[in-house]
Amino acid sequence: MPDTPDIADRHDAVCVIGAGGSGLAAIKNLREQGFAVDCYERETSVGGAWNWRHDRSPVYASTHLISSRPLTEFPDFPMPDDWPDYPHHSKLLSYLERYAQHFGLGDSIWFGTEVVAVSPVGDGRWDVTTRSTGGGAERVQRYAAVVVANGHNWFPKPLPVDTAKYRGQVIHASAYKDPAQLRGRKVLVVGGGNTGCDIAVEAAQQASTVWHSTRRGYWYAPKYVFGRPADQVNDKMLQLRLPLRLRQWIFRRTLRLTVGDLTRYGLPAPDHRPYESHPVVNSQLVYYLGHGRITPVPDVTRLEGTVVELADGRRVEPDLVITATGYLPRFEFLAPELLDIDADGKPDLHLHAFARKHPTLAVIGLVQADAGLFPLAHWQSVAVARWLRLRLSDPVRAAAVQQRESARPLRSWTRLRVVPSSRHWFEVSHTHYLRTLEDLLHQMEPA
Amino acid sequence: MRASSQVLRFADWTSPVPPVAREVLSAVPEPAGDQPPVLFVPGLGHGAWAFAEHWLGHTAARGFAAYSVSPRADGSLRAYVHDVVQVAASLPRQAVLLGHGAGALVVAHALARYPARAAVLASPVPEGWSALGAALRTNPFGTLPALFGAAPRLSRRQLFGAGQAAAAAHHARLVPTPARVYRQVLFATPPAAPVGDPPVLVVGSPDDRVVPRKALDRTAARHGGAPLLFPGMAHDLMLDESWPEPIDAILDWLTKELAA
Repeated sequence: MPDTPDIADRHDAVCVIGAGGSGLAAIKNLREQGFAVDCYERETSVGGAWNWRHDRSPVYASTHLISSRPLTEFPDFPMPDDWPDYPHHSKLLSYLERYAQHFGLGDSIWFGTEVVAVSPVGDGRWDVTTRSTGGGAERVQRYAAVVVANGHNWFPKPLPVDTAKYRGQVIHASAYKDPAQLRGRKVLVVGGGNTGCDIAVEAAQQASTVWHSTRRGYWYAPKYVFGRPADQVNDKMLQLRLPLRLRQWIFRRTLRLTVGDLTRYGLPAPDHRPYESHPVVNSQLVYYLGHGRITPVPDVTRLEGTVVELADGRRVEPDLVITATGYLPRFEFLAPELLDIDADGKPDLHLHAFARKHPTLAVIGLVQADAGLFPLAHWQSVAVARWLRLRLSDPVRAAAVQQRESARPLRSWTRLRVVPSSRHWFEVSHTHYLRTLEDLLHQMEPA
Repeated sequence: MRASSQVLRFADWTSPVPPVAREVLSAVPEPAGDQPPVLFVPGLGHGAWAFAEHWLGHTAARGFAAYSVSPRADGSLRAYVHDVVQVAASLPRQAVLLGHGAGALVVAHALARYPARAAVLASPVPEGWSALGAALRTNPFGTLPALFGAAPRLSRRQLFGAGQAAAAAHHARLVPTPARVYRQVLFATPPAAPVGDPPVLVVGSPDDRVVPRKALDRTAARHGGAPLLFPGMAHDLMLDESWPEPIDAILDWLTKELAA
């Protein structure tokens, strides 16, 4: 006699966590492989980080893309070709909304529902506990696989300096939304990443005084070189397979010929070669340094009273400190060992996507590349969907693929040399990474 | 030979196709139903008008929003494919692509770039040399120059039925296409496999003077089926006297596939 059907058992369905860019790509590509999908989204709309209405969205009023449109769009759903090279964040949101509408993804998304716990039940299946974001009763459903796409730009990394005795205002960059917050004030921006530089530039346009504190020297790439978006020029060099040393020489040469020596403005010289850290793309920072609107300062060592002390002994008295320290990935619904998360909170995943000990658990979008994230998230989710399909249709071949993948050397898809920083551990070169994914996709091609 | 990488798209990343104002004609049903939109892609020499004559309105009357896009002036295969994908992605729902003649080749390439809901290849011009024999037989003077690198001239007899009243008017609307574009479209690297595994239907006529019957069979076999044939019709199915037959059959097939 057959068992009574258990309503909480979703059988072959796959659970996707989050309906931002990565989650949407996961839903679409899983459905394309014939899977039923339940996606849980804690907010009431799609877009994740790109939806400024969301609590966890890091975007501020003037956020624009830092990678150009062709390197940022989904490969099978291009952005309108009459959009600018670097669209505004509101365009990105409308793009994601149209993607969801175009492929009818809304049917698979449970809005206002957050995932509380995900636990393995053996046999590769998962119990997913959800509840309404506002609270209420919890509900457990069983899935054949879980794809995590909860984003990695929402949990601020704390400033490594004690701020308890500081009487001024300290906010994380994620709480910076509008230039009005800066107008006429004395502002210290901490952090030399893309966000830190963007906010320093905005402060230069709005604030009365701006200090920009960076720990090390960076290579500030302009948004345009040789009349083209800089990332497109960079990809031309990658297409021609110019060796790294030559690309580094061209990079230095181009910067030297355009903006010149940055130490002239008081910035530290970079302690690494170009392409060895996540690219900081900002044409305006140097401009405002040259106009004296931004004063570069070293690391912050102490905050006390109204004074901020710097590594070189200088003391400044800002009204507002904005910490652009970046974000930490967080998976509060998963036991750390499921993703092999180490003491620093870094998961260890095959291709930054596949859980090593759980073949039906994957993470989409947990990479940082020298290009936009959506193309990577797209091919990651195609690979995950094909992998899950292959496991069902041809377990023998799936086992062979797993065998081969476990022997794939780490160095073939991770960045060889990156500066030691907690921000750079999931840094990949988009060309290396996509080549590896393509190879994996070929292995899993339908016979 | 494997088509170039679908994952590493250096051409798109380093020199994107420049945007143009595209001519898109449409007929939309009132009220808009549940059916996906259908995007019609004309072949070389033709424009969006070729579908606006009969098929767009008829498709809309059967409950499908219908659009057709003209090939851009001074185009290339890459630009045509780009334009089809751009228009398809601009539609509110996942679209059905229908290409006619050389437009079917453009659609075959677009299917590797855009997960269409379904695709129809109508009187699809085969790649390579096989189209040339048939063209030489019906239109030797128009085709011969093509052997020496010039652009072929399409004759009225090739495209339209003998007794077709409006044939002269239609023929007058054709625009000459540079030989370069013919070469690109016919001799391109074969398209990569369609993404998203859409159902594909091939329709044509055994009496087509551009596309030989055998080529129809081959194209259909590549997509795992047999062609749907409409004897007695000329190459330009959508402008033929009996234009309702193929479009009705196509929409019947589509309705069945979408329900499946």
